[in-house]
Amino acid sequence: MSKPEVNSLRSPLGRVRGLGSAKSGTHHWWMMRVTSVALLPLFLWFVYACFVLAGASYAETKAFVGAPVNAVLFLLLIGFLFHHIANGLQEVVEDYVRPELKRMLWLFAIKGLSGLLAMIAAFSVLRVAFT
Amino acid sequence: MSEALDPREATYVGRRTDGTIIKRPMSPHLQAYDMLQMSSATSITHRITGGAWAVGTLVFVWWLAALAAGPESFANVQWFLSSFLGILFLFGLTAVAWYHTLNGIRHLNWDAGRGFDLPTMYRSGRAVVIGTGVMTVLTWFIGIIAW
Repeated sequence: MSKPEVNSLRSPLGRVRGLGSAKSGTHHWWMMRVTSVALLPLFLWFVYACFVLAGASYAETKAFVGAPVNAVLFLLLIGFLFHHIANGLQEVVEDYVRPELKRMLWLFAIKGLSGLLAMIAAFSVLRVAFT
Repeated sequence: MSEALDPREATYVGRRTDGTIIKRPMSPHLQAYDMLQMSSATSITHRITGGAWAVGTLVFVWWLAALAAGPESFANVQWFLSSFLGILFLFGLTAVAWYHTLNGIRHLNWDAGRGFDLPTMYRSGRAVVIGTGVMTVLTWFIGIIAW
């Protein structure tokens, strides 16, 4: 058996650290955890918001969503939510969709649609807050 | 062999002792696999509820956009959400959301390196299923009182 060749001054650990086959290390996995932890309190707040808004009129709903604290929490929710959705659906597509081209197109669609929906939602909150 | 579209398929090519090329068996698929085990059932349900919740956010975005657009478009969302189909959708989404949230906490606990042994895994799985039912009913109970 031939000896493994080393033709780099960097240690093997240094070369793989933060990279791996995906070239982004554990970033995707870690961001799923970060967003899920952030979404836990935001989800509970959203359930509370639903209780407040159940049966509310247009004016009451507008006042609630446009209130400074609520608007900021809505924007935070939208940001973390669509980041989590895009990355979560990406995981599902990467597991099930073959071949490569089809998978790539699915990922384009998911990332694009998530970004679009997040922007529409965030713009709506801002418009409600500032008009 | 037919053209392999996936590099992984190359690992399924094997030879019998007489030299003929065969496709080696894959790991147990849906037909051979017991889908009602706590481990796999809660796992795939986490994925399905995640996907369903993602689709459900379309209505959330519609609701926000309509609120920003004006009273007429907001009345349309309110009409849908208070229709039979809308209530059914909201109820389903409530269950889906609680399942994904509670099982998500279960996953975070695993990520912290805890609760991997079988008895604990079965207990936490049962807690998630029962918790989903309880929280869904409780949410609607409080929601209807708040209405």
